Amino acid sequence: MTRQMTGAEMVVQALIDQGVDTIFGYPGGAALPIYDELFQQEKIKHILVRHEQGAAHAAEGYARSTGKPGVVLVTSGPGATNTVTGLTDALLDSVPIIVLSAQVPTFMIGTDAFQEADTIGITRPCTKHNYLVKDTDKLAGVLHEAFHVATNGRPGPVLIDIPKDVQFAKGKYTEKNKASTGHYAPKLKGDIDAITDLVKLMETAKRPIIYSGGGVINSGDSATALLRDLVKETNFPITSTLMGLGAFPASGDQWMGMLGMHGLYEANMAMHGCDLMINIGARFDDRITGRIDAFSPKSKKAHIDIDPSSINKVIHVDVPIIGDVAHVLEDMLRVWKSRGRKTNADGLAKWWSQIEDWRAVRCLSYKNSEKVIKPQYALQRLEALTKGRKDRYITTEVGQHQMWAAQYLGFEDPNRWMTSGGLGTMGYGCPASIGVQVAHPDALVINVAGEASWLMNMQEMGTARQYDLPVKQFILNNERLGMVRQWQDLLHGNRYSQSWSEALPDFMLLAQAFGAKGITCADPSDLDDAIMEMLKHDGPVVFDCLVEKHENCYPMIPSGAPHNEMLMGDAGVADAIGTTGAVLV
Amino acid sequence: MSPLNIKQGTSRKSAYDLKDPNADVIETHTLAVIVTNEAGVLARVIGLFSGRGYNIDSLTVAEIDHEGHRSRITVVTTGTPEVIQQIKAQLGRMVPVHDVHDLTEEGPSVERELALFKVAGSGDKRIEMLRLAEIFRANVVDSTLESFIFEMTGTSEKIDAFADLMHPLGLVEVARTGVAALARGTT
Ligand SMILES: Cc1ncc(C[n+]2csc(CCOP(=O)(O)OP(=O)(O)O)c2C)c(N)n1
Ligand SMILES: [Mg+2]
Repeated sequence: MTRQMTGAEMVVQALIDQGVDTIFGYPGGAALPIYDELFQQEKIKHILVRHEQGAAHAAEGYARSTGKPGVVLVTSGPGATNTVTGLTDALLDSVPIIVLSAQVPTFMIGTDAFQEADTIGITRPCTKHNYLVKDTDKLAGVLHEAFHVATNGRPGPVLIDIPKDVQFAKGKYTEKNKASTGHYAPKLKGDIDAITDLVKLMETAKRPIIYSGGGVINSGDSATALLRDLVKETNFPITSTLMGLGAFPASGDQWMGMLGMHGLYEANMAMHGCDLMINIGARFDDRITGRIDAFSPKSKKAHIDIDPSSINKVIHVDVPIIGDVAHVLEDMLRVWKSRGRKTNADGLAKWWSQIEDWRAVRCLSYKNSEKVIKPQYALQRLEALTKGRKDRYITTEVGQHQMWAAQYLGFEDPNRWMTSGGLGTMGYGCPASIGVQVAHPDALVINVAGEASWLMNMQEMGTARQYDLPVKQFILNNERLGMVRQWQDLLHGNRYSQSWSEALPDFMLLAQAFGAKGITCADPSDLDDAIMEMLKHDGPVVFDCLVEKHENCYPMIPSGAPHNEMLMGDAGVADAIGTTGAVLV
Repeated sequence: MSPLNIKQGTSRKSAYDLKDPNADVIETHTLAVIVTNEAGVLARVIGLFSGRGYNIDSLTVAEIDHEGHRSRITVVTTGTPEVIQQIKAQLGRMVPVHDVHDLTEEGPSVERELALFKVAGSGDKRIEMLRLAEIFRANVVDSTLESFIFEMTGTSEKIDAFADLMHPLGLVEVARTGVAALARGTT
């Protein structure tokens, strides 16, 4: 029996049927019928954000920390356009979010009506797919299909534009199990011949390396478990992209740390010198490869990815395997075990001793100070004081602090690290921390922030206050657009064009104004106590950590250089780019 | 320390300046893309090409299965073999795309385009126009005392050739449909 209901009722019903219990949103004229429905029910909790961009990032934080899709509800026109950055961010980082945007009534579309925007046109290139629903009878089916599309294959953002008259009109509700999930069914199993080819390479490789990415985490818990199994069984070294941190535990013996532009020396050197590279759910981003014609010149490369367009997009690979990470790893392990669990023990032993030499360089060393807090030190202390906690979730903003967080914090589990990788969106971290805390009310959620990024979406502290979300905003305040300043330092002759954070607010007063606790710390010897005070406080905290203003983030592969040409800390870098050999500490 | 003997040193060249080593190998491919006939699907496909900097030499689209809501988009595109491969993969992962066929690669196919030519002139030129039209098997579909409209179906090259010949005789305007193509054989 088909149920009749209004479009607005359908929205709520479909969300319930999809298992959604929380949405992030902001009301407005065209969305009022849906808001009216939300008012009259109790199954779905609506978190009122302070800006629609905040809603989108909060949904991303929710999604990445739970593995479930995040849901956003916004009004037409400006409500919808404000989600564009969040949609693009979710597209580049493959985060499943569903944005429901209201639209002016169908009969007014195209008339430049009040708060009309061509939302479908604007968001077409920044969504995995989007829908304009002009007929209430089709609405429920589209809603269910949207969840299917967002969460299957390579995950991504999906937007549904719902005109106001469609929300008011009555129509037939399509039940979840009756909805056509279309023909959209990406292939999960990898080609077994290709997998066998890869296993054969694994059996003989002298210098193998696993390079894993966010795809492992997106594939789910079994993928993580299989990856750990694979590493443990083969004793292959493993590095990961920014997006993939936590898939393999940072305390694991084979863990090499993050790779890429600000990756660890040993990871990048091993990528450069390997003879077999196994890319699992990563995409050869330019921040990873550096100079592509000098990228890992002597290796055979295998690439496991669910998205066929990722294969051979940037780097030509020898063994492409299209499929879901968990499915492929399962087959890979099975084949490898059935062929006798072979690896090249001699080669591996030499390889590991080479890696130990690289590790001995201790690329993350920095010159500490007793007078001023070094940002690296702040993160080391944060790590030391929170390390044991299984329920620690970290979000970040974008800049130097983000890279230091990736270098100095260790992640033991997946879904604990939420950062804007592909798009590099300043303003991501604060709202993302809100979304994470909503999903995990009792967890310790810390946003490692830069002062400039944080100001971009700090209005969400109001949301934190309203819903009693005890998010900790740990701001490494260098009074600079630090990463920009670093590039100007290295590449533009120290001409710090507009990279000063001038006229900063008083973060203590700002915290107070939002009803949060403010903590400030400028002395390294006070830092531990200050961090403990933050951790003990049961409520939102804004921590203004005044750090060294002109610290640079190392190691660094200058853009356009190959992996074996890293700049290292304390290396007298003023003229290091373009001169020979980075000095190693 | 480094037994692998990996060369150390720095270079000034940026990855952004690197030239694609295959940039000189440009191929032309005809792709048949079967899509759900839904609002915006053509914009989606075109947006992919413009957004990622791919070329469109010709594009035709029409519904081919009313019941099944299927349209067929025929795109003629040029690029390096890598780019062509990417175009197919990018098209293939779009939600409303059912199938992508590379007719250039999948075996022999036939390609046809329809064109209309308006040519104005009088006297000897008019006679020459008709003579050439006969050779090219173009039909006269409209005529005034001073002009003809010819209709012609053929490969794009044939249409180009006819247009070149008509040019000195008074070619005023050309309308072309773009390429429609099908693989030969039983399937
Ligand atoms: C929305 C946005 N605008 C501009 C940039 C370019 N950008 C990258 S890092 C950065 C500076 C960030 O400063 P801050 O948040 O204080 O972090 P820091 O680097 O000082 O740690 C800027 C401007 C960006 N990534 N995102
Ligand atoms: Mg800063």
